[in-house]
Amino acid sequence: MANGGTASGGATGSGTTGTTGTTGTTGTTGTTGTTGATGATARVEIGSRSAGRVVGSWRAAWLRVEAHWTWYRRYWRSSLYSSGLQPVLFLAAMGLGFGSQVEAGPATGGLAYVHYVAPALLVAGAVQNAIGESSYPVLSGFKWQQDYYAVTATPVTAGQLLGGQIIWIVLRVGIACVVYTLVALLFGAWLNAGALLVVPIGVFAAVACGVPIMAVAATTYNEGERFAAIFRFLVMPMILFSGTFFPIEQIPAAVRWLAWISPVWHGTELARGVTLGGLGGWPALGHLAFLGVLAGFSAALARRYFYRRLVV
Amino acid sequence: MNGEAAAPMVGAPMVEAKALVKRFGDVEAVRGIDVQVRTGEAFGFLGPNGAGKSSTMRMIASTSPRSDGDLRVLGMDPDVDGPRIRARLGSVPQQDTLDTELTLRQNLQIYGRYFGMSRADVRRKATELMEFAQLSERADGLVDALSGGMKRRLTIARSLVNDPDLLLLDEPTTGLDPQARHMLWDRLFRLKAGGVTLIITSHYMDEVEQLCDRLVVMDDGRIVAEGSPSELIARYSTREVLELRFAPGEQGGIAARVAEFGERVEELPDRVLVYTGDGERALEQVHGRDVRPVSSLVRRSTLEDVFLRLTGRTLVD
Repeated sequence: MANGGTASGGATGSGTTGTTGTTGTTGTTGTTGTTGATGATARVEIGSRSAGRVVGSWRAAWLRVEAHWTWYRRYWRSSLYSSGLQPVLFLAAMGLGFGSQVEAGPATGGLAYVHYVAPALLVAGAVQNAIGESSYPVLSGFKWQQDYYAVTATPVTAGQLLGGQIIWIVLRVGIACVVYTLVALLFGAWLNAGALLVVPIGVFAAVACGVPIMAVAATTYNEGERFAAIFRFLVMPMILFSGTFFPIEQIPAAVRWLAWISPVWHGTELARGVTLGGLGGWPALGHLAFLGVLAGFSAALARRYFYRRLVV
Repeated sequence: MNGEAAAPMVGAPMVEAKALVKRFGDVEAVRGIDVQVRTGEAFGFLGPNGAGKSSTMRMIASTSPRSDGDLRVLGMDPDVDGPRIRARLGSVPQQDTLDTELTLRQNLQIYGRYFGMSRADVRRKATELMEFAQLSERADGLVDALSGGMKRRLTIARSLVNDPDLLLLDEPTTGLDPQARHMLWDRLFRLKAGGVTLIITSHYMDEVEQLCDRLVVMDDGRIVAEGSPSELIARYSTREVLELRFAPGEQGGIAARVAEFGERVEELPDRVLVYTGDGERALEQVHGRDVRPVSSLVRRSTLEDVFLRLTGRTLVD
């Protein structure tokens, strides 16, 4: 016992070695509130030789981002098409190809179609990217890899785990948006420096769309057919009919409200507003509020579902 | 064999449960159990599937809130100090929950970071643990390519990354071949020798008999017996057991005919067990009564017999 104790005492390193000077007796010393690492504590905590400690909430979430980054460094190529190339192909096909047949008119604010569609395609791409990342990968954490259960067996909590997932999506979508913005610049798609604001707007819309899907993932127990339905019947129509390619004024008034409740439309309006202008302050605030409320509400819901599934 | 007498308890136990209850909706998985686990001991929960072992383990691991009763782990309340407790625990869940798309090394390093360890510390620790688990050669390969036994060893290595004070192992060897099981046992012995307190659940009685100083036998959410393996066997069983097997259809009525040769007789679907201090003598007597089994076996009593005595059922059906 003394041997093992000494070995592990050495291994625990800095903070705890002070107390483990008496390793031979750690097995029996029992309750002392004095672990060198944690300092004076009022509670009756049994003496420790462990190297583990609790980290702060933001730090814990960031450690999750670190883990995602480790994965991403190995596998980023596999997501190159969906998050990087696809929006660019769309921009080439719709903005340049199809756009060459579209006359600048009132609907495009008197601008070439590529200027009209570029900010919207960024938002649409970001949203799809975030929804993809929030569906099967999150379900896998619960169901297939089950690594979420491994994480919440550590000091990291279910809420911090969710926070890390959201931050990761912000970063990942952010990277994709920056790449898209640069390529679109080569296409001459941007009119002014307002394009710089399109990136955070795209990320914001993406989070507002991704987090509700995380909540869905946390309540999904089957093989995830649900997601296939969501992609087909919710995401695709949302991208097609939220003003990405044409103004929603062209949609019959009876169903136009469907565009108004689409987060993609709110994101698209904002993105066009900062590059093309023509968006008033109040409508802009309204769009931001819609996305903010959606993100906040669904984050609270997702947090609840994460706890319900992981802490049972 | 067990060091109970040698290690007098000072202060609070590692784990202390009083009238601990876990409910899932209407189902009561754990029905008010009292348990104390002392510092430095290897403690076992033995019982069949569905006995409430894993639910108890998850409550101790502070990943599952208790429904009723009182629980202290490392002297703290999991409802209040969950993260603080978990910082000092090692946990080997039933499922490996490894990240199969990453390397072994990455799995260990990432996990260590969750315990607030520095990059340098987790790097050193990962190397050390892969050595311990005899996985060093695979260190930079993907987890996906590992065999079941290797994954299990990695999961155990991962649980040690923070030098835990208390290591929880939920069915650590289920699904492993005998060789892999013995290797795992060896690693667990070393940890115990190093002063780590172990709590093990299992439905393999030989595993618990080998590894545990003390155990509780659980059945249907309750504790039905508690003690060291040898104590339990002495209390609930005889020194030896005579097993008699018969040709199909010929077992009927045998139990009554041989009952007088043992302290107790159990009839299982495929054999008759005679509990006695002297198995060979009982076998002679059985033969003298002109009972002709197809085969017979005299063995020592095990925890399986204890469980059979207490519940009327075998551990693994």
